[in-house]
Parts: sequence; C-alpha cells; structure tokens
Amino acid sequence: MRYLPLTPPERAAMLATIGAGSIDDLFADVPTAARLDGLLDLPRAMGEIEVERRLAAMAAKNLPAGSGPFFLGAGAYRHHVPAAVDHLIQRGEFLTSYTPYQPEVSQGTLQYLFEFQTQVALLTGMEVANASMYDGATACAEAVMMAHRVTRRNKAVLSGGLHPHYRSVCETYARFAGAGLAAQEPAPRGGEDLATLIDAETSCVVVQNPDFYGEIRDYAALAEACHERGALLVVIVTEILSLGAIVPPGEMGADIVAAEGQSLGNALNFGGPHLGLFATRDRFVRQMPGRVAGQTVDADGRRGWVLTLSTREQHIRREKATSNICTNSGLCALAFTIHLALLGEEGLTRLARLNHAAAVAAAERLERLPGVRLLNDSFFNEFGLSLPSPAAPVVERLAERGILAGVPVSRFYPERAELAPLLLVAATELTTAEDIERLANGLREVLP
Amino acid sequence: MTGWSQAIAAPPEPAVEEPQTLSGNRGLVIEEPLLFEQGVPGRCGVDLPEPPAFRSRLGGLERRAPIGLPGLSEPQVVRHFTRLSQKNYAIDAGIYPLGSCTMKHNPRLNEKLARLPGFADIHPLQPLSTVAGALELINTLAHWLKTLTGMPAVALSPAAGAHGELCGIMTVHAALDARGERRRRILVPESAHGTNPATAAACGYAVEAIPANKRGRVNVAALKAKLGADVAALMLTNPNTCGLFEDEILDIAEAVHAAGAYFYCDGANFNALVGRVRPGDLGIDCMHINLHKTFSTPHGGGGPGSGPVALAASLAPFAPLPWVVHGPDDLQLVEHAEGAAAQALGRLKGFHGQMGMFVRALAYMMSHGADGLRQVAEDAVLNANYLRARLADALSLPFPGACMHEVLFDDRFLRDTGVTTLDFAKALIDEGFHPMTMYFPLVVHGALLIEPTETESKESLDRFADVVIGLARRARAGGAAAFRAAPRFTPRRRLDETGAARKPVLRWRPGAES
Amino acid sequence: MSILRFTGDHEWVRLDGDVAVIGVTDYAQQQLGDVVYVELPEIGQALEKGKEAAVVESAKAASEVYAPVSGEVVAVNDVLLGEPAKVNADPMGEGWFVKIRVADETDLEGLMDEAAYEKFVGEQP
Repeated sequence: MRYLPLTPPERAAMLATIGAGSIDDLFADVPTAARLDGLLDLPRAMGEIEVERRLAAMAAKNLPAGSGPFFLGAGAYRHHVPAAVDHLIQRGEFLTSYTPYQPEVSQGTLQYLFEFQTQVALLTGMEVANASMYDGATACAEAVMMAHRVTRRNKAVLSGGLHPHYRSVCETYARFAGAGLAAQEPAPRGGEDLATLIDAETSCVVVQNPDFYGEIRDYAALAEACHERGALLVVIVTEILSLGAIVPPGEMGADIVAAEGQSLGNALNFGGPHLGLFATRDRFVRQMPGRVAGQTVDADGRRGWVLTLSTREQHIRREKATSNICTNSGLCALAFTIHLALLGEEGLTRLARLNHAAAVAAAERLERLPGVRLLNDSFFNEFGLSLPSPAAPVVERLAERGILAGVPVSRFYPERAELAPLLLVAATELTTAEDIERLANGLREVLP
Repeated sequence: MTGWSQAIAAPPEPAVEEPQTLSGNRGLVIEEPLLFEQGVPGRCGVDLPEPPAFRSRLGGLERRAPIGLPGLSEPQVVRHFTRLSQKNYAIDAGIYPLGSCTMKHNPRLNEKLARLPGFADIHPLQPLSTVAGALELINTLAHWLKTLTGMPAVALSPAAGAHGELCGIMTVHAALDARGERRRRILVPESAHGTNPATAAACGYAVEAIPANKRGRVNVAALKAKLGADVAALMLTNPNTCGLFEDEILDIAEAVHAAGAYFYCDGANFNALVGRVRPGDLGIDCMHINLHKTFSTPHGGGGPGSGPVALAASLAPFAPLPWVVHGPDDLQLVEHAEGAAAQALGRLKGFHGQMGMFVRALAYMMSHGADGLRQVAEDAVLNANYLRARLADALSLPFPGACMHEVLFDDRFLRDTGVTTLDFAKALIDEGFHPMTMYFPLVVHGALLIEPTETESKESLDRFADVVIGLARRARAGGAAAFRAAPRFTPRRRLDETGAARKPVLRWRPGAES
Repeated sequence: MSILRFTGDHEWVRLDGDVAVIGVTDYAQQQLGDVVYVELPEIGQALEKGKEAAVVESAKAASEVYAPVSGEVVAVNDVLLGEPAKVNADPMGEGWFVKIRVADETDLEGLMDEAAYEKFVGEQP
C-alpha cells in the first residue's frame, strides 16, 4: 500500500526486536469480546485511478458556481483568488506543519500569523486580533462569551439583522453555559431600537454590518449607549471585503469584532473550512480567546515570534480556560494573508469598488422588473429583493435553467410566511453584465 | 498554590562565536522583513479593472481613512512566503513524533480531489438539487465513520477535535435534560488533555479528576467511588494519553451506565484501533474523531481540522444541525429542528461542516480500504513498540509492558545531569528532528510522549532512535552546557517567551523598530 | 507583633492586628519561573480560606493562589500588574499580593511556622 512503508520482512524483524510473537500480542489488552477478527464491511484498498474515478463521479453531480450566472451570498461569497495563493499554501512546509509550539523551527508560521493579526486589526480598525478561529459564527459566539467575562454580566442582546446561523450558534452556546440571550426578531427593514434593550445585566449588544439583508448602518450612537450602561458593542462582519469600502467597526466604537474571512483567499468549499476573524481593544486582550502570536527576541537578540498569552488557553488553564479552543484555521488564515498581501491598499479598495459597482448594476436592473422591490437604502455587494411570489420556488426553477439566483430568506425562516418573498442577491467582481441580464430575463419569465 | 508546570527554561547560554554574514542571511535561510516593512505605494500584485462610473449606494458610510495595507508585486509576495516556508519544519521534511497528534503523511491525491470544482466551487446554500454529489459524499463519509466506530449515528459539523468534544458533551447535557435529570459533575482522568475539563466547564459542569494507577491506567476503584446520581459523564481517552489501552474499559462502561451516566471517549488516539476495535463495542456512547489525525487531513500549521462525533442511539436524536438523512428518493439536508430532528441541538457552526476535510478524509479512507486501515493501526502500534524496545535502556519507562501507538517516557534518565526534558528536546531540533511531545501527560515527571505513526519507515525509526540514544548518552556524560545552548542551527535560537507574555506585542504598528 | 505562617500550597500570610498580608513563597516563585502576569481580586471582595484569591501566570503555567485565611480584601498590590517580576525578585516583601481584614484569627491554626515550612520544602520531591 503506497502510504505504508513497512514490508513483511521488516515487520518480522521489528517484532523480534520487541520480543513479541505476532502483532496480535501487542493488542492483548483489548478485551476478547471487542476484538475484530476479520475485516469490516467496507471496500478494499484502491489505487489513485479508482479513488479519483469515484470521487470525480460524485463531484460531477454538483453544479459549480462558476458554470453559469451566480448570485448567492448570505455569509459565503464567490471571489477570484489569484493563482499564486493556492500554489504557496500547498508548499509542504505550510501544508504539513503543525501548530508552532517549537518556535525555533516554526518562524515561517509565526511570522505570517503576526502579519495576519496585523492585517485583521487594520481592516477592522481595532487594536489587536487573534490568529483566527473556526468561522464567523463560532467567532461570534466566542465574542459574546468574552463580553460576559469582561463585564461580569450574563445576558447578550442580538440584533434581528444578525445572520441566523450566527444567532443559532450563540443560542446553542448560551443554553449550555447557562447564559441569557435576547435575540430580536428578523429585521429585513431595520427599525430596531437596540439601545432601549440594554439594562444592568446586559454584557453586550451584537449587530452585523452590513447586516444579513445587506443594509449598512452607523453604529457610533449605539456604541455610546452601550458604554454609558457598562455594556460592550460587538460588531459582526460576514463579507470582509466590505471593509475595503466602508467605515470599519473600530471607528464606530466597537469593542469586539467577529468576522468571516472566507472572501479573501478561500473558496466556497460548500461552507467549510472557512475562517473566523476576531479583534478587540488592547485593554481586553487577556480575555481574548484563541491563539495569538507575539513578537520577542531570541538568545542572540534577533527579532522572532512565539505563541503567547497561552495561559488563557485550554491546555494550561484546563477548566478555567477562556474557551476550549485548540485549533485555529491555520492554512485558511495563510491564504487570506497572501491574498491581501497581493492586493494591498490599492488592490483591496479597487476590488471593493468592483464588487459594489456590480451590485449596484444588478440592483438597478432587477428593481425595474414588474413586482420586484429593492429592500435596501444602502448595500455593499449584497441586497434584498421582495418578489411578487415566494422566492424559494423561483430559485428552484431558475436553477433548472442553470441560473443560481440568490438565497431565499425562507431557507433560514421556513415558518415565517411574511419573509417568503425575500431573496438575497450578491454580486462580486466575477459577476458580468451578461450574468445580470440572464438573471433579469429568467426572473421575468418565471415570475407571475 | 497549585498547577505550576515543569517546563521551566533556564536562561539560554550564549552561542559559540560563529562568523557573521554581511546580510544576516545564512545560506538558504533568509532574514525576511514583515510585509509592512517592504510595501511601496503604487505597487499591487493583482491587476483589476476600474469599474465604469456608478452611483454609490454605501449610505454615506464610505471609508474615511486609509487602511494602511502595504503594496507588493506578485514576485515579491511569492518570494516573501517562500522564504517564510523555508523556516518551518513539516511532515514532508521529517519525522514528527508528537504524541496524540498523529502526524502521518498527508497524501497529495487528497489535495487534488478537494480542489475539483464540483467540491470546491459549490455554495452551501445552493438548491439541494444542484449539490446531490455533496450530500452523497457526506453520507458516504458518515457511513465509513459509522462502520469503523460501530456506532449508529455521526454528527459531522464540528470544526475541530475540541469542537467535537463540545458537541459530545452538549448532546449528553441535552439527553439528560430530556430525561428531566440535572446532573452537575463530569469525571475526567488526571492524564486527560486540557480540552476535556475546559469543554466540561464550558457546558456548565464541575470537573473532578480521577487519578491513575501504578499501571498508568485509570484507577477504577477511585472512579467507581466518584460515580453517583450527580455524574453526567465520564470523559476517557482510549488508548489513554500514556499510550496504554484501558484494559478495564468494559467494567468501566458498565459502571458508568449503571450510574445513569454517559461514556464519552476522546478519539484523538483512534489511530491505534482503527479497523481492529470498534469503540461502540467498548460501551462508548459518544466519541469525537479527529479527521486531521487518524484520517490524514493536513495540519496546515495549526488548522483547519474537522471533528465529527460518533453517537450511540441514545444520543443520536440530539445531534446538532444540520443532518444529512435519507429521504424517500434521495438524500435530504435537515436544517431545522422539526420532525425526526425535533430534539436536535441547534447549530455549532455556520453552514454544514468542514466539507474540504470530508473530501480529503474520504479519499484517504477509500485509498486504504478496510484492509489498509486495519494495517494502519497495526503498523502504528508496531512502530511505537519498536521505538519503545530500542529506547527502553537509554531512556526511562514509567509503565511496564507494551504500549499502543505511542510510548511514554519520563525524565528519570536525566536525573543529576543538569539537562531537562526541554533541553533534550532542543538538542533534538539541532539534530534535524522535531521533538516529541514534552511535559504531557502531567501524570509523570518531565514526560516525553512519542508517536511515530505508521507512515515512518524502519530506516526513519532507526535513525531517530540512534540519535535519541546518542543524546541520552551525551547528557549522562556531562554535556549539559551544550544542551542548554541548543538549538544553535535553527533560524532562531531559543526565544524569550517571558518577555513576549509580559509585554505583549501582537501586531506591527507604523513606527515600530524592525 | 506580627505572626508569619505558611501553607502546604506555598502561600505565606503575615498577620498584624487584624490585617493579613498574603503572597507566595520563594520556593513557589522558583517553581513557577518568570512571572508574566498577576490577576488580583477586587477591593471589598470576600475571600474564603482555601479558595482562590489570585492567579499568578508564568509563560507556561497559570497557578491559583489560595487564601490562607478568610476575610475582606482591603488592598491589592497593583504594582504587580506592571511589574510582575517583583514576585520573583522579592516574594516575601514587594511581591505581596493581597491584604485582607481577617474575620477569625483562629484560621491561622494548623498553618506551619517558618521552621516547619522550611522542613516541608526540604521534603519536596
């Protein structure tokens, strides 16, 4: 078998050195009742040709986003990743290395993590960031728990504009930690007055910007209201590219930012692996979850980096840890760092302008369709449309024609009839005028 | 006070005088500044068109200030990250004998298949009719995992091992809630990895430690004494973190179940058992599996991982959303807690799970097959015992008898040498090997935990063993100063971790000195 | 006249009147290694004998410091927040952690005096 180097003569020689008669002797501690004598009912070993044939057949049953007009967003976005990114992350020294616990032989990883942390802090307008988390939704839940620790309070208020998956993860974590959560109703047209919901037990208010329906807002006043009452403002960003165009949460007074970084460097991958970003203020840093790389010097006085503030983490504090997190999203963070290094200030701002321009063109074209209404006053690269009939069947029928028209909000809220006509539409630098035209024509044919 | 660790570094010794180069570089190892120290305005590594004029709809919230990102061309970026990569050790470069990490070879076929557009370029919320192949892949992976574990259900969404632990304990909590029982304690062996008690605490449980016995296994009498109506679960690792199979496990499972509690198994060490033992047959109710350990998905410098959780029938109804289930004609994705999923935990993550790792793990499983996977466990156990036999005289074994896929030594062999486990590990780095796990588990002093995995050849093991034996001899012959000066040949020597923690510098700032 | 006592967990307590100063011993700071951070309780907080009073962190470990006596916190050594190295340099003096107004002096019974503690340290593995 191509991945197993030992040969039968070598195995025999090794058993002799060990002083065991057979390999079964080394499994003697397994209770007899639990020993499997034969092979399990699964296929036998296959060479590359056969494995490739089988998995390619499965892949062929999926319609790739790039095969036609594509307008899905809702927390995962299709962007162009420059060719150099995937080549670099596949270097064996990045792909097959472990967590940098031995810093002398991990300076490559530690340096790029330090660069990544800096990029995240700059983008979000915050002071410090960690080395990434599993995804935006878990980063959001961790932000809420951190706010509880910092304020020593136990209840979070979640905006109705928060991505429903993020709300759901917060609810799951809160239920088992015994914490309180006041999740507001879905708010496709905004109109929330979250400041009035802050009381003496509120640790934080969680908002998303742009929100789940694409609307962009200024949260400076809400930040002040939170701070006056001893609570923190947590801002969520699901399309990190938006920070190439709009005011970042740090400038609005956010205390913690939790975001999804998939848009830079990382493919859709059917929802995973993605990339959680987490940033906060310096004064809260010892309550920040996750790994973090810090600068230092070595025995010869040369600059280098190490994992630091580890004593917050599970492998040391055990039951007193800030969270149970062990892993960051390493290679996904590297892809993000490389992509953003290639873009730089000019490239990122231009890419953001391209995205916004594509969305503006799409919105202007689609809101001219009879019965179709644009929900947003503002948006970055995603907006909400209200259709004259439920959106989900429309999307299904367009998919049959090879058009992936967007995400019906009813996918998240199947029980809410009033949300059924709503469709989230995203456009990026990959969206062409022809795509928009085909979507418009398709909708015109399919809508009543 | 309690809880201090044994990993105290003595101040590093200055290196022997070596010739300095003009550039600071040393052959192939290049001193590479930060991205922020080499950006130039006007440089960009991506060519993008300028969009035609359009009416901005950003609501007046356009960015007011520059972000501060550096501009570099593609050649510079490629060179920057290539140089960084050259400072990393990796499995591709050599043996990586970290205990309980299972640093096995990462097959490149897996990378190729994960990048097929039909897997990589699909959105999680596309109409299900357009992603039937994705559901088929997830279902097939689930089938393999259920067959290998002998358990009827598997929750696939957790993003990593620790996340899987959280999932497992949450399902236990949910099951007890459904039974109307409020139990407050979880039992964890002293030798457990720190994620176990951290997970239990995150779910609102009080943690009680069970000591080990002289044979390195859980003290069953102590365990039974702590079991009671207030215990929600036992969290066990099997084989345990000393590399030993918990031979009283059937007795343990019976006692746990008799007390009305659940039996959670940390599956980090599944590489010793795959294809030879099914955790379901041991009485385990839930077990997380690390796809990035047993099933070869790459560690990527710290992630991403994937931690699916195999569940017994009693816990299956509480698995987190979403579920992939068989409908009347095809596979369905259940995203809401209704019908058969009415008692499901909510979500633990956005979307569906680590699909990219599922593709890689399934490619690995298919490549090995039932026969290859059984051989994996056998060769993993054989390799660890071979190292145990080769190193038994030079090092010190705390527990007698055979080990499973990893072998634990303690630091008695270094007594009176002035060399600590830490120093020993740093000397190993100079010899071109990544060190084994140090100072874990805490049940022995100065632990050295070695897991070679099945993808190391006999030659590789012999080279490693020869060097370890040589270093042990050198330590006993009085070479302590040389050990404390190690490593000397790496891109950086020992780093000041105290300074890094006292005055944390966690990002570059404009005006910072290089 | 101040009374100095030691716990089996390597805390020291010096009682003057009804105020006790607590810290960790020289043996403790040696075992910990370089202290990087100290987490102190709040003034006014009630501490219970045997329960956590503070946390002291080195680069590789975080250790609980337990209150040798019960009482109310009247002062904390804020200087340690900026200069945690004082715990290593002068653990019995400038490296003090917390001052407590003691509720019950008999809490000190059962704790070791200096001679007994030194013997205890000598017996550590």
